[in-house]
Amino acid sequence: MIDFLNAFVALSNFVLIPAISYGAQLALGALGVTLIYGILRFSNFAHGDTMAFGAMCTILVTWLFQSWGISFGPLPTALLAMPFGILATMGLVLFTDRYVYKFYRDQKAKPVILVIVSLGVMFILNGLVRFIIGPNDQRFSDGERFIISVREFKALTGLKEGLAFKTTQGITIVTAVIVVIALFWFLNRTRTGKSMRAYSDNEDLALLSGINPERVVLVTWLIVAALATIAGTLYGLDKSFKPFIFLQLLLPVFAAAIVGGLGSPLGAIAGGFTIAFSEVMITYAWKKVATYVVPESWAPDTLVQLLSTDYKFAVSFVILIIVLLFRPTGLFAGKSV
Amino acid sequence: MSEPFLIGDSMTGGYGNGPDILHECTIAVNKGEIAVIVGPNGAGKSTGMKAVFGMLNLNKGSVRLDGEDITALSPQDRVVKGMGFVPQTSNIFTSMTVEENLEMGAFIRRDDYKDTMTQIYDLFPILKEKRHQAAGELSGGQRQQVAVGRALMTQPKVLMLDEPTAGVSPIVMDELFDRIIEVARTGIPILMVEQNARQALEIADKGYVLVQGANAFTGTGKELLADPEVRKSFLGG
Amino acid sequence: MSDSVRNTMYFAGVALLIVITGFVQSWNTALFILNFGLISAIMALGVNLQWGFAGLFNVGIMGFVALGGLATVLVSMPATPGAWQAGGASVIGALVLGAATVVAAVILMTNMKASKLRSFSVFGVLVVGFFVYRGLFDPAVGLIEEIDPAATGYLGGLGLPVLLAWPAGGLLAAAVAWLIGKTALGLRSDYLAIATLGISEIIIAVMKNEDWLGRGVKNVVGLPRPAPYEVDLQSNAAFIERANGLGFDAVTASTLWVKLIYAGLFTVVLVILFVMAQRALHSPWGRMMRAIRDNEFAAEAMGKNVTARHLQIFVLGSAVCGIAGAMMTTLDGQLTPGTYQPLRFTFLIWVMVIVGGSGNNLGSVLGGFLIWWLWVMVEPMGSVLMKFVTYGMADGYWLKDHLLESVAHMRLLTMGLVLLLVLRFSPRGLIPEK
Repeated sequence: MIDFLNAFVALSNFVLIPAISYGAQLALGALGVTLIYGILRFSNFAHGDTMAFGAMCTILVTWLFQSWGISFGPLPTALLAMPFGILATMGLVLFTDRYVYKFYRDQKAKPVILVIVSLGVMFILNGLVRFIIGPNDQRFSDGERFIISVREFKALTGLKEGLAFKTTQGITIVTAVIVVIALFWFLNRTRTGKSMRAYSDNEDLALLSGINPERVVLVTWLIVAALATIAGTLYGLDKSFKPFIFLQLLLPVFAAAIVGGLGSPLGAIAGGFTIAFSEVMITYAWKKVATYVVPESWAPDTLVQLLSTDYKFAVSFVILIIVLLFRPTGLFAGKSV
Repeated sequence: MSEPFLIGDSMTGGYGNGPDILHECTIAVNKGEIAVIVGPNGAGKSTGMKAVFGMLNLNKGSVRLDGEDITALSPQDRVVKGMGFVPQTSNIFTSMTVEENLEMGAFIRRDDYKDTMTQIYDLFPILKEKRHQAAGELSGGQRQQVAVGRALMTQPKVLMLDEPTAGVSPIVMDELFDRIIEVARTGIPILMVEQNARQALEIADKGYVLVQGANAFTGTGKELLADPEVRKSFLGG
Repeated sequence: MSDSVRNTMYFAGVALLIVITGFVQSWNTALFILNFGLISAIMALGVNLQWGFAGLFNVGIMGFVALGGLATVLVSMPATPGAWQAGGASVIGALVLGAATVVAAVILMTNMKASKLRSFSVFGVLVVGFFVYRGLFDPAVGLIEEIDPAATGYLGGLGLPVLLAWPAGGLLAAAVAWLIGKTALGLRSDYLAIATLGISEIIIAVMKNEDWLGRGVKNVVGLPRPAPYEVDLQSNAAFIERANGLGFDAVTASTLWVKLIYAGLFTVVLVILFVMAQRALHSPWGRMMRAIRDNEFAAEAMGKNVTARHLQIFVLGSAVCGIAGAMMTTLDGQLTPGTYQPLRFTFLIWVMVIVGGSGNNLGSVLGGFLIWWLWVMVEPMGSVLMKFVTYGMADGYWLKDHLLESVAHMRLLTMGLVLLLVLRFSPRGLIPEK
């Protein structure tokens, strides 16, 4: 019995909690991508760097607050700074929409052109972020590090395996839940939200119904900016902030959105967790857990790792490709352009 | 004769800068009437309707609603003026529920539209039953009812239907026509393009037979059904 | 102004830029730009084949470039003694088994009716196949990598002349492109972009991790080269005399001479590929490809097998990139998988194609040279600009330091800006498609 508990704790510590936390971050990122795809009808390659920009603005304001002595108790000061980061990012995305994307939208350009354009925006943003904050790792988290640390856990339960639950992981999960609930309430219960879904569903009919496309686009970008900033900040708090990371994150985020079904918010969330869990589970060395669970004579000598950790990103791709081949509209039947 | 409630008068025009599809075509409907546009394939029936709705460039002619000239207005503006339009295809929000479809139909209304929704549910009882179901999951005939219901949510002054029975089975078609008559009884004039000429003319107060974009025969539904030439041309004798 | 006059002026302009760089900076830099410009031009040509002919948006170019580099190692490096005996056969066997498992799964999938039995069988085949593969693969790899890991620790190559590696790179890239194309080309535009990006990431991840193949991140150095080594030249009396006669010291002369040799070789390859691309463009096949691109539905209605054509183009374009990749690795003299950064370099090639003129082979070549020149020169030019901007500021002022340091990041920003400006104001590029 104790063995199973130990196994479960090890599993939670190394697989469940990190995967849930990572899944929440991917889900938030994928929500942004899927909204843009559903309403603006193109894959926004610049989303990863929008997340970087949002996180950067939050970090700068966090440093400002920290230098002023403002803090948030056991929670990271970054949470206080996040609204400001969101505002700045909103300004940025509205600016790029007005001066970059709108031109092609009015021309009814092919979606692939918008994708290329978003590549350009991506690199400008990337350069801008590194220009402003530099390419290095930035630390900006403060407050209590652990909700419960390994030592505390072991002391509490007397088990051999310890469980660490970092504050940032807890915040990620709580924030993600709040954001998702708010978003779904907005999309399903408000007039503006419904008009956005209508626009995404059938553009011509929406226009005929008197829905104002410019307003829909505006609200979409505002929401996307908020989602990107929150996702980026949470990731930065939990793991680390390095401009380069967001380039890499772009790919799992897209994979999550596509696997769930591009255009479907519910899909983005499902996709985020699917990708996160797969990445973690396939590259985890199961030896420890296996040793607890199976009889001694069967105990494995190898690490029992399906794929080495270097292949973490490859996992999301393989899943993506399998989904694209067998069920291209994704788990929740999104749209394909 | 007093001016009809809605009239597309001597319309000549086509899509964009292309060649004219309509040639001096006149379509009109009076209050409380059902007017039907029929004709062979490619006759320009849907085009005529779209011209009245403003989706076409008119080189000559005009469109007047309740005495007001609306030729220069965009389709969205005409909706505000009181035109309800049900396209032939892609006429519902498939991912949204029936009730949400109706809500979207009433989007331009700023007042309380609960009463209108109750009216629609009375007209189309099946919609009330399925109102929390995704519209895309309904059968063909039911989807058409959603489409018509959606257009009625603005309490339009006139309702225009583009081939409402396209692709539905005969039984469903009968039911749809029954519903359309019900709608007309509430006082809304209806302008309808139809492929199923015979059944449509049977319920029509006024009929327009278009051939190659121009009026060929005009009269009441009964007159046209009885006219030997009309019957020979394409009612099958 | 006629087209050919204008085009000549463009190329002359770029040549002038490179020559000026030679004077202002150094001839080594200028030749470096020229060589990499040649390679980039070839890559741009390959991408243009896919985009200009078929409208395929391939963001995974780096994967094929990397495969070209791998081919260089596989073809020209000597075989590691003992490696083959130790594990070579097992590794090949394991890979064949792995492939057979996938094939078996696919056959089951397509030939059985959709049912629980089918799902179980496919799953079972995959699981069993996977574990057998690992059982065979892991020990073999371990044995290979044990052989002198500091210097080798991998299978090595065939020991053939290095110039053969270039077409070999093309072939390897073509083979992989065929596999990828077979599966991915049915996808819509955005999906294809993401899929190709993902696949190139996977290829590079494999190269970085499978040490037995190409030493992974330990890198393979000392690749054989088609040009003489500088140190040999520097100790060659005849060479030293010629160099001094021309006014160069031996060291500089040797580096310049080697670069010139490469430039010559690369130019030959570029010209060959360019001529082939041009002839393809103006052939009936080329016209058909573009007809398909412009109206896929109409072409399909006329009986053209669109997917097969797309596959052809995809393979050809990728092969060209593979050749360029092999050339690049030869120039470098080493295979460093860690330096392949998919998105960044791919993006650069795309800027080249778009700025130069998408759909036009000459335009892509021009774009290759111009953008590569810009990419290299942004940093020194930016440095000058920043020094000018911070002239009035006191030394040690944080803004000044920050600005001066950040010049390095201006490259991507500038490239992004160039791309957006061109797409907005001159979307057909410098030399538009005819």
